[in-house]
Amino acid sequence: MQRIGKGLIYFVLALCGLTMIMPFLWMATTALKSQIEVNKGHVGFVPIDDFSYYHDGAVEHRVKVVSAEGDSAYVHFFDDEGFIIRDPAYTYIKVPAAAVHRERKVVPHWENFTKAWNKVPFGRYFFNTILVSLTVMVGVIVTGALSAYAFARMRFIGKDFLFYLFISMMMVPQPIYLIPSYVLLNHLGWIDTYQALIIPWMANIFTIFLLRQHFKTIPQDLFDAAAIDGCSRFRMLWQIVLPLSKSVLATAAIFSVIGSWNSFMWPLVMTNSESLRVLQVGLSYFSQESSSQTTLLMAASTFSIAPLIALFLLAQRQIISSFASSGLKG
Amino acid sequence: MKKFSPFMYILPAAIIIVLFRLIPIVISFVISFFEWNVDGMGGFIGMQNYFDILRDNEFWQSMVNTFWLVILVVPCSLVFSLVFANLLNSIKFLRAFFRTVYFIPTVTSMVAISIVWKIIFNQQSGLANYLLRMVGFEPLGWLAESDGIFKLLFESIGMELPIYLQGPSLALFSIILVSIWRSLGYNTIIYLAGLQNIPGVYYEAASIDGASRSRQFFDITVPMISPTTYYVMMMSTITTFQVFSQVYLMTGPPIGGPLGTTKVIVYYIFDKGFGESGNLSYASAIALVLFGIILTLTMLQKRLEKHVHY
Repeated sequence: MQRIGKGLIYFVLALCGLTMIMPFLWMATTALKSQIEVNKGHVGFVPIDDFSYYHDGAVEHRVKVVSAEGDSAYVHFFDDEGFIIRDPAYTYIKVPAAAVHRERKVVPHWENFTKAWNKVPFGRYFFNTILVSLTVMVGVIVTGALSAYAFARMRFIGKDFLFYLFISMMMVPQPIYLIPSYVLLNHLGWIDTYQALIIPWMANIFTIFLLRQHFKTIPQDLFDAAAIDGCSRFRMLWQIVLPLSKSVLATAAIFSVIGSWNSFMWPLVMTNSESLRVLQVGLSYFSQESSSQTTLLMAASTFSIAPLIALFLLAQRQIISSFASSGLKG
Repeated sequence: MKKFSPFMYILPAAIIIVLFRLIPIVISFVISFFEWNVDGMGGFIGMQNYFDILRDNEFWQSMVNTFWLVILVVPCSLVFSLVFANLLNSIKFLRAFFRTVYFIPTVTSMVAISIVWKIIFNQQSGLANYLLRMVGFEPLGWLAESDGIFKLLFESIGMELPIYLQGPSLALFSIILVSIWRSLGYNTIIYLAGLQNIPGVYYEAASIDGASRSRQFFDITVPMISPTTYYVMMMSTITTFQVFSQVYLMTGPPIGGPLGTTKVIVYYIFDKGFGESGNLSYASAIALVLFGIILTLTMLQKRLEKHVHY
């Protein structure tokens, strides 16, 4: 009974797990199909090419069988790109049916990835996203460590007021300050610049909170000993606090990169020119412009999420436990 | 020994937070009382924008759509993720593996996910209808279907529903499915952490008394996990009110279609502010109304928590 129960649990978990990643599996396999097959209504998970061929005695041609009469068939010819040749010399040609055969084989169309990559400047989009993610991450860590250090280990007037003011700002959802931020950035002349994507995000309240909680747990003895040796307050941060906080700093850095990488609404509103598009914005425009080219869209989606999935799989233990603890503290 | 003042340490963060969080909120309040025309802010009009909101049918439609989203996504996500977390908690072998698999949708970008789901829901070449046909069902219209889900459901058994009982459109329901799918991983992880904090002695005592597994689940797990449930409920409610990318990328053209049945409030704010009308002060007023609603709900949930806490 117990064993059946366990088996059932694993079965349910596997089934749900499959449902959770099914969209990704289908995305990756559709990215490898030929667009012609997709348009024909081929939906499954295997990139199969199903074509008719006509052998004219010397060369094999890919053809579309339009109609068949007795032992002869009427066919259209395809060009190398996979389009039907509209030239009348190649359409509706009568050929012997015996020379036409149909072939079904598994053909992964890797070229969809290069086609999608070259269709719009994805290289530029990636560069922008990486630039923004990394500078924001450095900013968040620097401003976060400095202010968290003051909040955790110093005494000054208005400390609690400032801290709770910061925390209360965390309660405001992004869509609420999107419009006034646009007004403000417009006033500063920052619309359609890198500053607009980077500077407003260089301080993260959640990071300050996270680091402060951790800095508070460092024993006071370490600071006292360092003070006797004449260590300055800034050196204490550099030589005591930060080395003891590597793991929480890594957590903050990962959160920051995931947030910037996936951020969409802000860059969509704050930039206009194509050269400033970040990956998510570029991908969104690409999906509107090439909505009929599903295989290319799937290929672009695949390489847009691949870096983050790779980062996640590499650091999954750290990421999941930090997400989990973000819940317990809140 | 020269010391920097503590304020020097706070300053970099404070400048950014004050400039880009605090001041925008002040700006938001201020401009919501002004007129907005093509060349920017116009004259003071008092509460006019707020009165206009009350008479704005599109606003109410977006609000109703958003409420459907919240009402269906939050409880479904809560129930499924609690069940998942329980299943995960009852195994050791492969637990980390399944946890990772469930969590993947949480870290991937909503943009890529929405593009993929839009193609999944495609009527002709999508996976959803392919699977339906495989198990012998009629294909559905998904994102193109403006009829309510309750109407469709009752139609299939030959009953007709009055118009106010038709429920969210199938198109909105498709968005709801994606939002549930996306939120499951995070909520499961939070629940799993909560479950691991329940002392094992409760279950041991219950087993000795002969309580069944389902009894234990409803009489120990559910009440003991209630603080986590409140946290998850609050977070999911707040995030679901802010749904934007799914609607922006999966629906239309025009976005929010068919017949405006998938238009949600954040998309409406975006459209009012940056679309054709470009009325930033009206959009600001709607955003503040949304903020008011979110704050009120959060406080109500907080109050509820005090009463029901075990």
